[in-house]
Amino acid sequence: MNATLLSLDNVGRDFDVSRPWLNRVLEGAPRQLLRAVDGVSFEVRRGETLALVGESGCGKSTVARLIVGLYAPSRGRVEFDGVDTASPEAARLRGRMQMIFQDPYASLNPRWRVRDIVAEPIRVLGLLNRKDEIDRRVAELLRQVGLTAEDGEKYPHEFSGGQRQRISIARALSGNPEFLVCDEPTSALDVSVQAQILNLMTDLQERLGLTYLFISHNLAVVSHIADRVGVMYLGRLVELARAEAIFARPLHPYTRMLLDAIPDLEMSGKPRTPVAGEVPNPLDPPSGCAFHPRCPHANDRCRTERPKPIRRAQSVVECHAVEEQRI
Amino acid sequence: MTLELESLRIEFPTRRGTLVAVDGVSLSIAPGEVLGVVGESGAGKSITGMAVIGLLEPPGRIAAGRVLLEGERIDNLPHERMRRIRGRRIGAIFQDPLTSLNPLFTVGDQLVETILTHLELTPAEARTRALALLKEVGIPAPESRIDHYPHQFSGGMRQRVVIALALAAEPRLVIADEPTTALDVSIQAQIIALLKRLAREHGTAVMLITHDMGVIAETADRVAVMYAGRIAEIGPVREVLRAPRHPYTVGLMGSIPKVGAGAGKRHARLAQIEGAMPRLTAIPPGCAFNPRCPKRFERCLAERPELVRSGANEVACWLYERDAAQPR
Amino acid sequence: MSAWLRRAWDSDLAHSFRRSPVTVAAALLTLLCVGSAVLAPVLAPQNPFDSATLNLSDGFTPPAWTGNGKAAYFLGTDDQGRDVLSTIMYGSRISLGVGLASVALAATLGVSLGLVAGYAGGRLDAFIMRVADIQLSFPAILIALLIDGVARVAMPTELHDRIAIPVLILAIGFAGWVQYARTVRGSTLVERGKEYVQAARVIGRHPLAIMLRHVLPNVMGPVLVIATIHVATAIITEATLSFLGVGVPPTQPSLGTLIRVGNDFLNSGEWWITVFPGAALIVLVLSVNLLGDWLRDALNPKLR
Repeated sequence: MNATLLSLDNVGRDFDVSRPWLNRVLEGAPRQLLRAVDGVSFEVRRGETLALVGESGCGKSTVARLIVGLYAPSRGRVEFDGVDTASPEAARLRGRMQMIFQDPYASLNPRWRVRDIVAEPIRVLGLLNRKDEIDRRVAELLRQVGLTAEDGEKYPHEFSGGQRQRISIARALSGNPEFLVCDEPTSALDVSVQAQILNLMTDLQERLGLTYLFISHNLAVVSHIADRVGVMYLGRLVELARAEAIFARPLHPYTRMLLDAIPDLEMSGKPRTPVAGEVPNPLDPPSGCAFHPRCPHANDRCRTERPKPIRRAQSVVECHAVEEQRI
Repeated sequence: MTLELESLRIEFPTRRGTLVAVDGVSLSIAPGEVLGVVGESGAGKSITGMAVIGLLEPPGRIAAGRVLLEGERIDNLPHERMRRIRGRRIGAIFQDPLTSLNPLFTVGDQLVETILTHLELTPAEARTRALALLKEVGIPAPESRIDHYPHQFSGGMRQRVVIALALAAEPRLVIADEPTTALDVSIQAQIIALLKRLAREHGTAVMLITHDMGVIAETADRVAVMYAGRIAEIGPVREVLRAPRHPYTVGLMGSIPKVGAGAGKRHARLAQIEGAMPRLTAIPPGCAFNPRCPKRFERCLAERPELVRSGANEVACWLYERDAAQPR
Repeated sequence: MSAWLRRAWDSDLAHSFRRSPVTVAAALLTLLCVGSAVLAPVLAPQNPFDSATLNLSDGFTPPAWTGNGKAAYFLGTDDQGRDVLSTIMYGSRISLGVGLASVALAATLGVSLGLVAGYAGGRLDAFIMRVADIQLSFPAILIALLIDGVARVAMPTELHDRIAIPVLILAIGFAGWVQYARTVRGSTLVERGKEYVQAARVIGRHPLAIMLRHVLPNVMGPVLVIATIHVATAIITEATLSFLGVGVPPTQPSLGTLIRVGNDFLNSGEWWITVFPGAALIVLVLSVNLLGDWLRDALNPKLR
């Protein structure tokens, strides 16, 4: 068995954000492409949790949707267990890969009973056919995520945000997946409920041998759940390393900045360098290294030349300053 | 004291009975002080803020208690007088900066209008003041930005404009409801620092409502932890965060993932509070937290605890009754 | 079942219904109109289309409460001795039938096109919505007249009376699909962006299944409101067409036909032949409209 479950090779995705055709003709406006993801490569190993972090608009959610096939890549290849997800054989992969979404209020069809929501993948993928078998499996799944079999009779609006997220997880598990793509699964939840969901996800990973791709903007959550962490900025993967390395010795200036922005709950009074600037407009990204306008270490080369990934044994980083050993 | 709440009780009459959203909340904020009000969704923190600025959504109403602004009672004022107090003596900052600004007017127009409504200034003076405000909240090149429309600003810059608008008439009190929630982490830190600095410099009292303990840790001087419409614990922020006393605060602090604490260590579990906050329709008798509390005993099921002193904090929990009784 | 009834009685919708006396009155009136139309063969004093029961000498009898009235003809009779009350009951049968059928046609057509346009997007969406825009720039009655006219020219004359009602339904139905399509397309755009639709796409459900099983149930609320109000509009359209003489034939008169026929006698003093069908039409349309208005407000969370 291959140790790599999922690999992305130089994946990119553009969105056409042009005005409608008639406006373009009348106003002479050009076509406009948004490079949501650009040249992203990484691998996810069986049984691990890889986290992608970044601020809004960095492309992390687009990567999640490229992997599960909600979007097709504009460039590059996504391979799951050696199969190109854009190829016709990819239909076989359905069910092996599932997704958990951010908004527990939008991710469940309000008109469906919970048991039908959870059973949908079982029925569509044809995993079980007899009604009593499906009922038994749904009850088992609901218990697995900390709900009761009777909860299956209810509708989503009868549940709290945390319970809805449990239903979402039960639905994702019902297709017997090996790999779960989790897009900000706890960011809409209160902290005490977030802890319950994170603990549940950790337990399920252990029990079912799942592999996670965990998308989040919250570094504290990521540091808690991830084995490896990738940091994205304006559609590019700027750093990828083992979690303990990222948090102990961040390399990329953007990673350092993100870590510095985390509020200090211990109130130890450690000095913090104030963060400057905001994420630039992705429609008009800066030349060279996209981070250079906010980077304290930027020089002329950073302004003109896009950095290439520097690969080391356990990490990848895209930064001229790191390459030149200036920082 | 700039703001005092005395046993505030807010009810929402519905056809299925009266819901008590805020129940017996008392607190005070001194000039220049930032009081954090923290709690999970449904704890009643935003409703408390709305009650102070007199913008409770009907059918919500203040059923008991008093709101005092600089010693003057404001919860029973007619709408017209309350409207004049809002903006002049109480400023408000909300979560979504886009909805707080009128998209049809430039930020300069909106600032000047607010200043002219509340202060005795000529239009030229008002514009000068608007420029100074934009500069103060850290908007680069305010001379050119003042004539821009809200949509021409980024999210973080927009929230700065909203802060400038809230401070335009030098209010004594600012209610900030989740002011950083819609912003990215790197911007959050900037806005928090700005809010804190302005409160200090202008001697403005700030009621900072948020669900984010991190924001509280960075900004607040004191913090009130709310649960099911009641204050569970209130005290200096350092004391509440580092040595929480109420079992709910203890659980809340334990359930927040900490950076680096277990990074890369597999399967470290977070401390978790079982269950969820009760809905307003089903608040249990006695202590509202009792069904989830690991330390509950018989008294918690029957009697509701009042706030008692425990060290520097005040805690609504029967565990600390003896502390309070002992002479200090 | 009783639990379900109790839940329905306790629901917010039922509550807002009970709290609005106007709506309750409108519902009762609608029920009365529909009931008397459906049960016309049982309830009506006379079958006005059975020439055997007609007595020409009873023609132009005024309503019963006037001096020359007869108790058997409460609302009087027309030129051929047909009981006006009975013709109204039978006439509203046709009016309601045509109204409901054309609304069903318009809704089916509009909802399907709107779903497809909103879900598929791209050129198909652009094409469907441009057609809708073009149709919207003509009054509905004109479209109906056009379809009606084309059908009449295309069909042999001897068929005209037999196909008049289906043609009318087709004409009014085709004239009314646009607002359904627009509304449904808008809601579909919102729903298709939601994560439950994405979840169904991840497991590879067929787009048609997603549209029908996931999206459709979530966009039907506004459709219900539009359809209710549209029933009233369709009845008016039918009445207008019949009044203009291009609708149902006088042998099977709808309310509109009755008003037109009665109109001829208005100047000669036999006012009841046209006034009572007109009043019936107003009551029916007004009550259905009031119901629709209430439904719109009750289903709008912002107004609650």
